[in-house]
Amino acid sequence: MHTQTDLFHYTLGLADDALVLGQRLSEWCSNGPFLEEDLALANVALDFIGRARMFYAYAARLEGAGRDEDALAYLRDCREYRNLLIMELPRGDFAFSTARQFLVDAFNLPFLEALCGSTDSELSAIAAKALKESRYHYRRSRDWVIRLGDGTPESHQRLQRAFDEIWGYSHELFRAGEAERRLVAAGIAPDRAALRATWESLVAPVLTEATLKRPADTWSVDGGREGTHTEHLGHLLSELQFMQRAYPGLQW
Amino acid sequence: MTAQHMPLFEVFIRSRRGLDHKHVGSLHAEDHQQALEYARDCYTRRSEGVSIWVVKSSDIAASQEEDAGEFFDPMDDKPYRHATHYRLPQEVDNM
Repeated sequence: MHTQTDLFHYTLGLADDALVLGQRLSEWCSNGPFLEEDLALANVALDFIGRARMFYAYAARLEGAGRDEDALAYLRDCREYRNLLIMELPRGDFAFSTARQFLVDAFNLPFLEALCGSTDSELSAIAAKALKESRYHYRRSRDWVIRLGDGTPESHQRLQRAFDEIWGYSHELFRAGEAERRLVAAGIAPDRAALRATWESLVAPVLTEATLKRPADTWSVDGGREGTHTEHLGHLLSELQFMQRAYPGLQW
Repeated sequence: MTAQHMPLFEVFIRSRRGLDHKHVGSLHAEDHQQALEYARDCYTRRSEGVSIWVVKSSDIAASQEEDAGEFFDPMDDKPYRHATHYRLPQEVDNM
């Protein structure tokens, strides 16, 4: 039987995924390769931050300890974050961000479709809203993978290296701890492992069309859901949380 | 990005309450598909529209300033060309 705490932690994890990825995407704002792409990336970042707000607001209600979405987003320390590691990796060059975004978008599509069927009405409502955004995200990142992969020798080499460097972080997408497995049994959470086949069908043909080699599944990293993060999250949080920490209770 | 790989496109948006596409600006993109997506990101962020047209700027021919005299002035003094006395039936009100 799952507990309220299980559901709170699960929702918090989804919120952290969205916030951390949104933050990484927002780092491209004013740093994009050209104006149109800069705007597009900022739009995607805002989609994720909007999603994070919805999950945080729900998580705060589930916790029922008087914390609101801002307290959850800005006032926890590193080890209390439950995001997957792939979200917190630095943005790297445009190829690296493209590779990360593509792998995550290809996952979010089947994941959100499944979450729409959750027995928890809040989560399924959030999923329904987010699904349309994710369809667009996948379209965009799929296009860029093909353009860069089947592009110039430099873009091909950079993107291949990006996939090689990030591949081992993708396995965490399909893992679920004990608490999450209880939620799966209750029909609340989708079964991540079962989404792998769909993810493969969204990823493999695109890599082929982009003339890229699918990296081998020889290594993997995880720990995000337990708060065991890479050193990158600390730096991200120091930027993200600066205002709230330096000026507690500040109102716009 | 070199100009030859990213030509300029003119963007036209039809709003939810509108009947025609209006010119809203321009952007650079590699092809029509990408131009549509960038137009979606640049010009519909605040729910400005429900339909997008993109046209390569090089496909647009424009009338020239110096021809304005012969193109447009002769219309000024020919009121008999206007259908002023015809009342549109309600069904075709948006002509």
